[in-house]
Amino acid sequence: MSRTVHDFTTDIPVWKPYVTPLDLAEASTEQLEALKVTPSNNKVSDYVLVLAHDVETLKHRTPLFNAVMYNRDGLSRAEREIGAVGASIVNRCIYCAAVHASRYNQLTKDEDVIAAIFANGVDAQIGPRLKAILTFAVKLSKCPSEANADDMAALVEVGLGKDEILDLILSVSLFGWANRLMHTLGEPVSA
Amino acid sequence: MAGNEDVVAAIAGIEPGGALAGIVAGRADIMALTQKTHDGALTPDNPGGLSDAERAALAWRVAKINDHKGFEDHFEAMLEKAGAPEQAARLADIWFNGGSDARARAIIRHVDLVAHSPKDATRHDIELLQEAGLADADIVRLAELVAFVSYQIRVAAGLQLMQRFA
Repeated sequence: MSRTVHDFTTDIPVWKPYVTPLDLAEASTEQLEALKVTPSNNKVSDYVLVLAHDVETLKHRTPLFNAVMYNRDGLSRAEREIGAVGASIVNRCIYCAAVHASRYNQLTKDEDVIAAIFANGVDAQIGPRLKAILTFAVKLSKCPSEANADDMAALVEVGLGKDEILDLILSVSLFGWANRLMHTLGEPVSA
Repeated sequence: MAGNEDVVAAIAGIEPGGALAGIVAGRADIMALTQKTHDGALTPDNPGGLSDAERAALAWRVAKINDHKGFEDHFEAMLEKAGAPEQAARLADIWFNGGSDARARAIIRHVDLVAHSPKDATRHDIELLQEAGLADADIVRLAELVAFVSYQIRVAAGLQLMQRFA
């Protein structure tokens, strides 16, 4: 019997939707195009099938997501993941936090940072650069945003370039979006 | 809507030729996709069960919840453009809870929850929308609207903080 996961973890749960995912047999041409469904690629996650109900945002959202997280140059991929994790903690999106925390661990081969963040949030004992990144991520994710000029100055202080700061703003904001879909339209259950 | 409009750049005050414009140009693909998603969320070709006026009014509501004046003005202008019919316009009134209109009440309750404290959302919140008669596809459209506007406001808020260092 699978059960809902309520605590932060790096074990990626299964996402169960609260609404009925799109039935591929009833999908429009536009929906199939956005889903990139082909005879050789017909495995689409429930999450994406749920979002396919609103194809006019999904078709832009997928390339936007990939650009924010994987574009070349700018902020390192691992530090973008910290932006994602910071937002996911504020919004308590257990699923997003698990996926992006484990990706950070894979990229850095270091599990201590995430363990500290899961245990103590913004009070985590981590290096100054990651601390400034996490603090900014958490404060920008509040509603309304609580990020201020001091938080921005702290990013400059620890050495982030302007291109890196932009990438951080984008990854944090992106998860303000993703968390509001993933955590409100379904729930994480133990795999 | 003009094809070359960039709502985030206009609201964050990014001037052509300015220092910040140069930084943002490095992520021009993302900014363009952000604008396309804005148009898809606010003025879709197929609006389903949420009219353009309702979308603009609810986006204005989300901007108010985020205390972001630039986006409040932007979505208010979009509501005007959509004709501002009374039934839709009142959805932007932060003191209106839907009154005796069960659909409006459910939508307002959900928009406020997802914009302000998504961490508190549960299965029950989706069931309330379903009980109020919203189709699952419209529930997803509503979630995307609130989620996207929450993203866009944060991108602009971050850029506005960067302005002082540009």
